[in-house]
Amino acid sequence: MTATARTLYDKLWDEHLVRTEADGTALLYIDRHLVHEVTSPQAFEGLRLARRRLWRADSIVATADHNTPTTGWERGLDGIEDPISREQVVTLDQNIAAFRVPVYFPFLDQRQGIVHVIGPEQGATLPGMTVVCGDSHTSTHGAFACLAFGIGTSEVEHVMATQCLVARKMRNMRVDVEGVPGRGVTAKDLALAIIGRIGTAGGTGHAIEFAGSAVRGLSMEGRMTLCNMAIEAGARSGMVAVDEVTLQYLRNRPMAPAGEDWERALGYWRSLVSDPDARFDAQVSLDAATIAPQVTWGTSPEMVVSVDDRVPDPEREKDPVRREGMERALGYMGLEPNTPIQAIRIDKVFIGSCTNSRIEDLRAAAAVLKGRRKAPGVSLAMVVPGSGLVKQQAEAEGLDRIFVAAGFEWREPGCSMCLAMNADRLEEGERCASTSNRNFEGRQGTGGRTHLVSPAMAAAAGVMGHFADVRRMNRL
Amino acid sequence: MKALTVHRGVVAPLDRANVDTDAIIPKQFLKSIRRSGFGPNLFDAWRYLDRGEPGMDHARRPINPDFSLNQPRYRGASILVARRNFGCGSSREHAPWALEDYGFRVLLAPSFADIFFNNCFKNGILPIVLAESEVDAIFHAVAAFPGFEMLVDLPQQTVGFIDGSRSMSFDIDPFRKHCLIHGQDEIGLTLQHADTIRDFEQRRLAARPWLAAKGGTPHRGGA
Repeated sequence: MTATARTLYDKLWDEHLVRTEADGTALLYIDRHLVHEVTSPQAFEGLRLARRRLWRADSIVATADHNTPTTGWERGLDGIEDPISREQVVTLDQNIAAFRVPVYFPFLDQRQGIVHVIGPEQGATLPGMTVVCGDSHTSTHGAFACLAFGIGTSEVEHVMATQCLVARKMRNMRVDVEGVPGRGVTAKDLALAIIGRIGTAGGTGHAIEFAGSAVRGLSMEGRMTLCNMAIEAGARSGMVAVDEVTLQYLRNRPMAPAGEDWERALGYWRSLVSDPDARFDAQVSLDAATIAPQVTWGTSPEMVVSVDDRVPDPEREKDPVRREGMERALGYMGLEPNTPIQAIRIDKVFIGSCTNSRIEDLRAAAAVLKGRRKAPGVSLAMVVPGSGLVKQQAEAEGLDRIFVAAGFEWREPGCSMCLAMNADRLEEGERCASTSNRNFEGRQGTGGRTHLVSPAMAAAAGVMGHFADVRRMNRL
Repeated sequence: MKALTVHRGVVAPLDRANVDTDAIIPKQFLKSIRRSGFGPNLFDAWRYLDRGEPGMDHARRPINPDFSLNQPRYRGASILVARRNFGCGSSREHAPWALEDYGFRVLLAPSFADIFFNNCFKNGILPIVLAESEVDAIFHAVAAFPGFEMLVDLPQQTVGFIDGSRSMSFDIDPFRKHCLIHGQDEIGLTLQHADTIRDFEQRRLAARPWLAAKGGTPHRGGA
């Protein structure tokens, strides 16, 4: 096996293979299990009913993020107005205590936040790990050369009870982005451009490795944004090879190894790259220099165009299923074909989510907003940092003051309006420039209309009251 | 988990591509800490004309007569046919829970999203991948014949029209097939290999000592 050239994914797969059945079904060992309040209660309950225990409690890192409010933290649990949301958060507290999980960042803890932000931030996500979570955006952690993927609640229970998953090997896909992105073009724009190119099912059945000079040129924050949206391209896992940027990020993180362990780990981590002649089942190449800031116009992330483009016309689509989908999306979004993207007015701005709520994202938005004000037609613009520590860092840099001066609300950390399980949501017909990852019907609130953009583009839309080309706003 | 071997049922159409799990079960219903009771909220935003919230009396809600599942001819349907990339988006298992609770046991589409596909098998639902042309033929038959039924034979890996005029074969992973036919608990099967897992784990943690957890944090006391 080792004699043949292997991809990064092949290496990660081989490293965790406990056993393989004759039919190719494998038992894969799981190093890190991230747990949140929405997809875990039924799994803990399943363990209880079957009188099973956690196989390895210290593999778990848990937090409450989906239901937690972004205001009113001084009221404690009472700040969660919805009793069902509160019950879910309290249930997690109880399960963590009952099953003696040692690493927990509960609601109101300074280190609490979106599970995909705090894992890397704490050094709980390390190269070479298998990382799972009952959440599709677990692909985020692949930025650290992990095999990271989302699972359902039955699999959450399975990992809890056995430390393994029953899996079949996926195919290898490589997405190369070469060149230097233009000013104002971020990891989010690369992600959306890739999805626009290969479609939301383009990566189905594959593990995607993001490679090429534009990807290597991204910070860890940018790589996380890119891997985060692998699932929007249909791939459960996205990943980036280890390099010095990875190692630099990890050094001195609370849960990262130190001393002799760090040195030992480095030797292994540096091997977590695809061999030069490794074979990929599918390959896609993009030229970063040709990618402009992206804006989605429809109800699927693949319905995306450049900011200087227009809303497409279904009349020009030949595939009937696709045309029908476009027409339905335009109806839902309240848009006419051929409308210039920059003529679309917005009601709200949401900057946050596991895609774009890290310090670099907040800096990019603040750079656009400094000395400017939200447009009068924008009823609400909110910034929701990814974690308590991101919030602290942003405040230390004075970003919060820029946001507030611009008329943006500075909130407490959590998933917030990315999926609107807490009180933050769009009302029927409201249109939002959002840095989140899904523009599905109703995702941000029943009848809400979501346009996915980068943090800088969301800030620009907030200032102008309509989508605008951040490259022309002279702030980059 | 409910076993599934041979299944005959009414087919309901959902003529859309990229049906995401937010549409299958909207997020306001994910707050439940139970596994059951999601059926009345399956496709909630499409099925009803009002805005659904947990705890509503669904019998009193205004239904959307244009939505296929609300049409009398599809009452009692247990097989759903849809377009490509069904189940994309969130990993929420509440999606198959809702489909199963509503009464669906078999899903037919040209493709499914990976996580959703996987989740179905854990809940006694059989998702079947068919060619675009086969799915098209089923949509036509469903439209043409009220009460149109199909027969799914999992051991034989076929799905066909009841009158025998058309039969299509499908692929399925042998392990998943076995578990579904026997309604088997996968955790129990895996735990048969507990010793192998333990050996693997010991070797792994010895070779990669940094994987043992550090920096444990205290629980929130008493809250």
